[in-house]
Amino acid sequence: MVVKLGKDWLSQERIVLLLAVLLFVLASVSLKGFFTPDNLVAIVRSVSVLGILAVGMAVVVIGRGIDLSAVAIMAMSVAWYLELLNTGTAGTTALALALGFVLLIGLVNGYLIAYADVPAIFATLASGAFVFGFVRSQLIRQDATPVPAGNWIEALGRFRLLDVPVEVFLFTAIALLAALFLRFTKWGRFVYLMGDNPLAARNMGIPVRPVTVLRYVISALIAFAAGILTAASLLSINTRVVNSSLLYDIVLVVVIGGIGLSGGKGGMRNVVVGALLIGIMLNAMIILDIPNIYQNLIKSTILLVAIIIDSFINPRDEQTAQQGDI
Amino acid sequence: MFCIRKLAVVGGAIASLAAATVAIAQEDPAPAAYKEAMQGKRIIMVPMAMGFDLAQGWAHFLKKEVDGFGGTFETRDPNWSIEAGAQAITEAIASDPKPDVLVVHSPDLNSYSKLFKKAQEKGIYVVLIDNPTNYPADAFIGSDWDRLGQLEAEAVIKGCGENSTKKIGLVQGDQVNASSLYQYAGIMKVLAQHPDFKVVAKPDSNWDATTARNVATTMLQQNPDICGIIDFWDGDASGTAAAIREAGKQGKVFLVTTGGGEKVDCDNLQSGVFGAVVMTELQNQSRDINAIIKYLLQSKQPPGTSKTNIYTLEKATTKADIKPDTCWDLKALQASAK
Repeated sequence: MVVKLGKDWLSQERIVLLLAVLLFVLASVSLKGFFTPDNLVAIVRSVSVLGILAVGMAVVVIGRGIDLSAVAIMAMSVAWYLELLNTGTAGTTALALALGFVLLIGLVNGYLIAYADVPAIFATLASGAFVFGFVRSQLIRQDATPVPAGNWIEALGRFRLLDVPVEVFLFTAIALLAALFLRFTKWGRFVYLMGDNPLAARNMGIPVRPVTVLRYVISALIAFAAGILTAASLLSINTRVVNSSLLYDIVLVVVIGGIGLSGGKGGMRNVVVGALLIGIMLNAMIILDIPNIYQNLIKSTILLVAIIIDSFINPRDEQTAQQGDI
Repeated sequence: MFCIRKLAVVGGAIASLAAATVAIAQEDPAPAAYKEAMQGKRIIMVPMAMGFDLAQGWAHFLKKEVDGFGGTFETRDPNWSIEAGAQAITEAIASDPKPDVLVVHSPDLNSYSKLFKKAQEKGIYVVLIDNPTNYPADAFIGSDWDRLGQLEAEAVIKGCGENSTKKIGLVQGDQVNASSLYQYAGIMKVLAQHPDFKVVAKPDSNWDATTARNVATTMLQQNPDICGIIDFWDGDASGTAAAIREAGKQGKVFLVTTGGGEKVDCDNLQSGVFGAVVMTELQNQSRDINAIIKYLLQSKQPPGTSKTNIYTLEKATTKADIKPDTCWDLKALQASAK
C-alpha cells in the first residue's frame, strides 16, 4: 500500500490538486474576503472561459497534437458574427454563416494535419494567423465589436441560477460532454490510443485521419462557444485578445493539469484541476494587489515547478514518446 | 503705314495697360513657397494599432489635410505589437523615397528611442502622438496625462460626494506605458490634497477587458463599499463596467475613465455605465498634428533640433454636459471618406 502510494499515486494531477488545495487553505486563512461564496463563484467564473478553451485544447492534445488557432477562432468568428448582426444580417443567417466558418477552419486544420501531414504546430499557427488577418482586414472594421442591444447573447450573459453565473454551468457542461465523449464513445477511446502511439493505432486499423479531423473540428466549435461566452459577459468582443497571453494560459492549464503534451493520457478532470489552480492563484494575487508583471512571474514559476516535479515522478516512456512528437 | 503706326501705338497702350493690371493684382509669394515646401511630401503614421477609434480618427483627419497639400499619407498597422511597430518604423526609414515625417504613437517610454534617433539622422521629422516618450522627438501632441489623471481624480471625488465612503479603486493599464504611469501620478497628486479619500486597490488590466472585469469583480467583493472607480482606458472599461453591473452596483459605483470621445463614450454616459469620461478632442488634436507637420516641413530646420509639446485641452464630461457635438461618430467619418 505504501509503495503504491509512493509512486503511482503521486501523478501530476494529484500534485497540482494538492498544490491547489494548499493554496486554497492558505488563501482562506490569510486573505480577508477570500473564503466567501461570492468570491468562490468569482474564482470559477474567472477561469471558465479559459477552462472551456482548455477542454478543446485537451481533446486535441490527448490525441497528440496542438491547436494554436483556438484563440484566433474564438475571437474572430464571434467578432464576425457580431459584425454581421450589427450590419443588419438576420440572426439565424448570421449564426449559420459564423458556424459554417468555424466548421470550415476546423476541417481545414484537420485536413492539413491528417491528410497533408503538416505538423499540427505549424498548421494551426498558420491557420490562426490567417483567420485573424482575414477576418480583421476583410470582415470587420474595428478591434472591438459590440453586441447589438436586445440580442440573445446579452440575455445569456444576464442568466443566473441561484446567483451562479452562466459561465460556470457552461464550463461544467462542456467539460462533462467532452469527458463522456472521451470515455464512453468508440472514437473517444481512439483519441487516447492515437495519442499513446499513433503508428500502432494506425496499424491496428483505427481511422486515424478522420479522428484527427474530428478533434480539430471539436476544438474549433468549443472555441466559438468560449467566444460567445466572452461576448456575453463583456457585451463586446475585442480581437486584441489574439495577441494576449491567453493561448499560453490555455496550454498552461492543460499541461499543469497533467495532460502531457506527448498525448495519450489525462482527461477532463485534469483540465478542471488545472483551471482551478490557475483561478485560485490569480484571485489570490488580485486580492494581494500584486502587479501584472509579478503575477506572470509567479504563474510561470509554478508551471516550471509542476513540470520539473512531473518529470521526476513520471519520466517519459521512451518506447512511444518520441514518435510523432509535436 | 499710318495705319500700322496707329496700330502699334494702340498695341503698346494695351500692353502697358496689361502690365499695369498685373502690377495691381500682386502675387502673394507665400502660397507658392508653401506649395513648394509641402508638395509631394510623404507622411507615415505608425499608431499602436489601426483598429481603434482614435487611430482611425487621426488617420481620417491627417489624410484629408495631407491630400489637400499634395502630399502622400500612409499608415502602418502593428496591431498592438511593439516588434511589428519597430519593424514598420525601420522599414519606413529605409524606404525610398524616404518619408519626410513619421507620426508615431509609441507603446511605451523607451522602445523606439534608437529608431527615432536614426530617423532624425536621416532627415525625417518624428512627431509623437498621444503617448510621450523619454526621447526628445521633434514634437509631441497629445494629452498631458498627469493633468488628465488629476481631472479623473477630481471627477471621481465629485461623483462620490462628501457623504460617501470615500473609498476609490483604480484599474490601471500597465506599468510601462507613459499614459498609465503619468495618469497614476496625476490621480495621486489630487488625492494627496484630499487625504480623506483612499485608494483601496489598484490592479492592472493590461488594457484587456476580460482582465479588467476579473480584477474589478474581486475589487468590489473585497471592498463592497467602494464609491468610485477610475479605469485608465475606455477600451477596457467595458470589463470594469460589466463587473459593476454584475455586482448590482450600477448607479452606486461612479466609474470614471478616459477615451477618444467616440460616440460609444457618449452612449455609455447617457446610459449611466460611465459616470464621467475625460475625452480627447479628436478634431482639435488632429488639427494640432497637422499644424505641426506643416510647420516642420516649412521650417527647414534639421530634425532633432527643436522640441515642441502641444497638449490637447481636456475636460471631464458627464451626462449633464453632453451636447449633440460632444462626441464624434466613427461610422459617419468612414462614410464621409468614401
